[in-house]
Amino acid sequence: MNAPRIENAGLGGWLVRLFDTIDEANLPWVTALARQCESAFGPALVDLVPSYTTLLVQYDPLMLTPDQAQRRLQSVLAELAPDESDASGSEKELPVWYDPSVGPDLPTLADARALGLEQLVALHTQTTYRVFALGFAPGFAFMGSLDPRLEAPRLATPRPRVPRGSVAIAGRQTSAYPAVSPGGWNLLGRTPVTLFDRHRHEMSYLQVGDRVRMVPVSREEFLRLGGDTTPLEAS
Amino acid sequence: MSSGPVVALDVIKAGPLASLQDAGRFGVRHLGITQGGAVDLHAWAWANQLVGNAWGAAALEVTFGGLQLQASRDLTLALCGADLGATIDGVALSPWRTLQLAPGQVLGFAAPRQGMRAYLAIAGGFHAEPVLGSRAGVAREALGGHDGEGRQLAVGDALRVSTPAQSPAPSVLEVPREQRPDYRQTVVLGLVPGAQIGAFSGRSLFDAFNAEWTVDSRSDRMGIRLAGPVLNSEVGNLVSEGIALGAVQVPPDGQPIVLLNDRQTIGGYPRLGTLTPLACSRLAQCQPGQTVILKPQPLDRAQAEYRTFRKPFAG
Repeated sequence: MNAPRIENAGLGGWLVRLFDTIDEANLPWVTALARQCESAFGPALVDLVPSYTTLLVQYDPLMLTPDQAQRRLQSVLAELAPDESDASGSEKELPVWYDPSVGPDLPTLADARALGLEQLVALHTQTTYRVFALGFAPGFAFMGSLDPRLEAPRLATPRPRVPRGSVAIAGRQTSAYPAVSPGGWNLLGRTPVTLFDRHRHEMSYLQVGDRVRMVPVSREEFLRLGGDTTPLEAS
Repeated sequence: MSSGPVVALDVIKAGPLASLQDAGRFGVRHLGITQGGAVDLHAWAWANQLVGNAWGAAALEVTFGGLQLQASRDLTLALCGADLGATIDGVALSPWRTLQLAPGQVLGFAAPRQGMRAYLAIAGGFHAEPVLGSRAGVAREALGGHDGEGRQLAVGDALRVSTPAQSPAPSVLEVPREQRPDYRQTVVLGLVPGAQIGAFSGRSLFDAFNAEWTVDSRSDRMGIRLAGPVLNSEVGNLVSEGIALGAVQVPPDGQPIVLLNDRQTIGGYPRLGTLTPLACSRLAQCQPGQTVILKPQPLDRAQAEYRTFRKPFAG
């Protein structure tokens, strides 16, 4: 780990940058920092947003000045040690129907890499992914790391409406959209799994630390599991 | 007298968008759940203040207009924020004041004359079950609002009040004149520069803080797009990280997006910095086509400005 940096995130926020690149070994440091911030900030803490390499700390600007908040972070960081429970998380599977009608970026990505659709799907399904963070939308799991041959930039202009269950990639990351939302990731297919339900005990199907495998399914199997086949253009 | 919540207003015509909003949903962003809450804190806070509600009470955020509400009892309300051509039984009503409705009277909203969002507060606060600690309605996440499921108001819905006012209606109260912005003016928005600002080219930084930016029509409670000169940065796609209210992100098309209350919790576009909370509030009242100017603002100035803003509001 390099020296952590505390970056300006506007009024009532500091972004702690612990690492520069995505690595499974980051996880226990980020979770430890989040836990330590809970006790260091107490009632002045508003929210914590952990991610691959960073922790966004939001505090109440009526209770702390930016300097006071920064000093608390500095003392937490000076004593930080990683969590030991890195073995946490369970095995999960995501059935995915890979098809251009629900994964419109599939042909473009395959062409650009001179791959067949089947080869591209095989590259996406061969890896067991790790959930690094939940974010962007309730239950949206940031998973890594993608085979380098699948690495793809986000779209220059995000789509205004990505259908629920869309399985997508961006950079070295993969995920699935739990609900309809705008999105800039490349769409490969769709999963029938309900990824977020606030009435469930575990609201999010995927949890930080989980090990996730994508399982290709046919259109029939996708429908049997409750999937919605409405093409992107019509949804 | 009954002590439970009672129906205050019935929706007899739905507009494009109206939802209950409070100060926001906090402590759950690590699950990917957004902040929500009133996008114009200034007008929302004054509406609650006029009817004696503490900070955090749920008020109705009416976007654009089109809504008609019928009173089912004697009500004391306050209307602040945008002038959406409000009327009581057809008689024009200007915002930034309290108003009384008798049973059967209709409060209507037409279309924006200035601003985009009006806030309607009721003495005692609108009633709704808090969902994950907040009444903020977020349609995309199906959380909060009048029904707990984030649905926007529709014909036949009712708005309830927690503790109906028992006392006789007070005289009309108004927000001090200097606290009522003219939303038609080109406004200067304070931006606290962020850590990635050095990654933008010199030309882009000059443009960012000297151009007049046009508010794009592709704007909502998640974010407001600004159209103007193309901004370039050396940073490509970043590793996704937590995003604060007001973050000004620049996707590869070079057109900034200011992220508001219903933003994604995590994202990976480079950022110029973060608008102050009050700059976000003011931007949320700009109509598409209006222009704004971005101006760097030090963090301590933003802090002082926010503390001054919060002073009049209890709780």
